[in-house]
Amino acid sequence: MQFRSVFDIIGPVMIGPSSSHTAGAARIGLVARQLFETEPEWAAFHLYGSFAKTYEGHGTDVALVGGILGFDTFDDRMTTSFHHADKRGLRYTFIEEKAQPEHPNTVRIRLGKGEDVLELVGISIGGGKVEIKELNGFALRLSGNHPAILVMHDDRYGAIANVATRLAKNEINIGHMEVSRKEQGKEALMVIEVDENIDSETMHDLTMLEHVRRVTKIHD
Amino acid sequence: MFKNAEELVRIAEQRSVPISEIMIEQEMETYDRSREDIYAQMDKNLEVMEQAVERGVTEQVQSVSGLTGGDGKRLHEYLQTHTPLSGELILDAVSKAMATNEVNAAMGTICATPTAGSAGVVPGTLFAVKNRLEPTREGMIRYLFTSGAFGYIIANNASISGAAGGCQAEVGSATGMSAAAIVEMAGGSARQSAQAMAIALKNMLGLVCDPVAGLVEVPCVKRNAFGASNALTAADMALAGIESRIPCDEVIDAMFRIGQTMPSTLRETGEGGLAATPTGRKYQAEIFGK
Repeated sequence: MQFRSVFDIIGPVMIGPSSSHTAGAARIGLVARQLFETEPEWAAFHLYGSFAKTYEGHGTDVALVGGILGFDTFDDRMTTSFHHADKRGLRYTFIEEKAQPEHPNTVRIRLGKGEDVLELVGISIGGGKVEIKELNGFALRLSGNHPAILVMHDDRYGAIANVATRLAKNEINIGHMEVSRKEQGKEALMVIEVDENIDSETMHDLTMLEHVRRVTKIHD
Repeated sequence: MFKNAEELVRIAEQRSVPISEIMIEQEMETYDRSREDIYAQMDKNLEVMEQAVERGVTEQVQSVSGLTGGDGKRLHEYLQTHTPLSGELILDAVSKAMATNEVNAAMGTICATPTAGSAGVVPGTLFAVKNRLEPTREGMIRYLFTSGAFGYIIANNASISGAAGGCQAEVGSATGMSAAAIVEMAGGSARQSAQAMAIALKNMLGLVCDPVAGLVEVPCVKRNAFGASNALTAADMALAGIESRIPCDEVIDAMFRIGQTMPSTLRETGEGGLAATPTGRKYQAEIFGK
């Protein structure tokens, strides 16, 4: 079941005109921003399929930039996001890709600040609902509609158990979890969807665990 | 947990509760939230819909492209000064559906039901039927849960995305959802709701998504108009005891398969259908200069 909540259907409250091309795009941008943890200096948006064909008409470009600036789907500042980006010093470009994507509404976002670069692939599956399919080369499946923790860790035995045990101790229930890696024994990514927003104490606890390199979160 | 319309209807019949109740309880269970909490969130969505309708029928809204705006208001005014041929309630729903979609096109605030492009049908019918049936605030909130229940089934078994399934997946879904909710508000049975949904969606099958210049304006606003009038017609038919020969779930499945075989030019790419007409192309050139 891709759609779990009645509010995926009756909702979201949003600035028009398109739930998939405006609200969904804003949500993908927002997830990218949350995972980058800070305001990037530049953003590049590679647009595929229907996104590439109709992004200007649907305000997909405005919404993606709005998301990167941290605006939610119903934020009044959304329509003037380019203006806010200029004021805040965010440089952005849009690239229309010709390749046929698996899903018609696909965007590859690259964000950067200094040495730090984040690359994420998101799809907008309808009604404002999105999925993140790839993060820094790791395949994953993340809705962005629920709070989640992303843990970059060494691909070693015990790493997953350590994280799960710590979450259990802090009384956090795991709703969905998956692990992805590029090569055996190297770097791996744990994606854990949870029911409630994660507090900073838990984030800190997770960071201190053995084999854990970096912890980021997505909140409601 | 219900997976399809037949299961939803059966649970409602077994427990002698309306469909809205099943959806509310499932939401409470899935997310461990209280009834009050869920009601409050839906009430907020209802408020947004109310404001969008109000704005669209009273203000002269206009989209940035200039392609749409003001028709919901125009029809609303026509209703004040003329006796319509088709019926006041139907045209009231139509004007409110168009009004909502025009506010959406003007980058105003709306609530997606199930999408932004199809956001007019559910509130349009709700705020028209409300004047006749005079429901409580709770009754109006339940309307949204009932339409949400059917949208949930369509989204999980087919699609609610124009890019994936054409307009039948958006306005078609919204029309079926509304038809089912009207039946419940009018006192019809759960089974009649599913019948209304089937009848409504059957008559939207094959509808393509061909937005001029890629904008959610032409023909979206007027497709919301006809979604609203189809929903009311289907609801009345179901309340009269008319049944769909093809069961609701099979209609949803047919919609999904039609969407899969639709060429991509007719799935929200702005490359086919009305978008590809000489006038459609002319508008695109004027708006984007290409």
